[in-house]
Amino acid sequence: MSQPPTGARRFDDVAVGDELPEVEHALTRDDLVAYADASGDQNPIHQDEAAARAVGLPDVIAHGMLTMGLAGSAVEDWAGDPGAVVSFGTKFTQPVVVPAGAAAAVRVAGRVSARDEDARTATVELTVTSAGVKVLGRARAVVRLP
Amino acid sequence: MSPSNPVTVDESFQGRVYPVGPAVSVTADAVRAFARAVRAGHPAHHDAAAARALGHADVVAPPTFAVVLAQRADAQFVQDPAAGVDFSRVVHGEQTFTHHRPIVAGDEVVAQLHVDRVRVVAGNAMVTTRSELRTAAGEPVCTAVSTLVVRGADS
Repeated sequence: MSQPPTGARRFDDVAVGDELPEVEHALTRDDLVAYADASGDQNPIHQDEAAARAVGLPDVIAHGMLTMGLAGSAVEDWAGDPGAVVSFGTKFTQPVVVPAGAAAAVRVAGRVSARDEDARTATVELTVTSAGVKVLGRARAVVRLP
Repeated sequence: MSPSNPVTVDESFQGRVYPVGPAVSVTADAVRAFARAVRAGHPAHHDAAAARALGHADVVAPPTFAVVLAQRADAQFVQDPAAGVDFSRVVHGEQTFTHHRPIVAGDEVVAQLHVDRVRVVAGNAMVTTRSELRTAAGEPVCTAVSTLVVRGADS
């Protein structure tokens, strides 16, 4: 029987080695302001060059949580249900630098690294890069599927 | 080389457990705005009918939305002058979420902040906080663990 378009992916249809569709996002300073407003994280290093440079950063950087959020969106789109994500973690290893008047490209790729028959969960390892550099370390989500 | 202005987060805060905070209402507007900001296009974030089709009571928060509630809890520590954290020098080192069940619009969520670890190394401070998010009725919702790095002046 076919699934409705918003239906969750079925656990039995998932294999280790499956790859998530790769997604590329362009982030501008406006996108950082939108994230700051939506999240309440108004740390000035994400909006103001002087504040960023004062703490030794090269320029304004994206919120790590925005980058993690982009990765989470790729996982839930693949899983078919945002409620399927039971755990999600990462280290923020490199900043995503967002210059004025330009966009930073953030690329999200993922691969199923493990599946647990008893729990009906799949582990997705995410690779998130900007300007060719990995910006998240050990980014990993576990999804529970029907 | 040690920074000329090393950070001085008060290590005695390690182990501190704060009182459970006030209930925060998760609104559909907040879920939608957060979903837009992280480019989460799944209809279950935006349309209650699509969320119900998946068995959720209302629009579902993205998996990182819990940080909004956790960071409010973190503020009790980060913004406490006695803790000595210079917020302008804070960068996020690590984050994990363990979802006990999805957060949906209409939830009333309370957070309890635990300061699990405070360590000052080579002029930088590393602080690990844990927010236990529950419904006002006590149902576990999410455990959010954050590691914040407070950078020393020359780091």
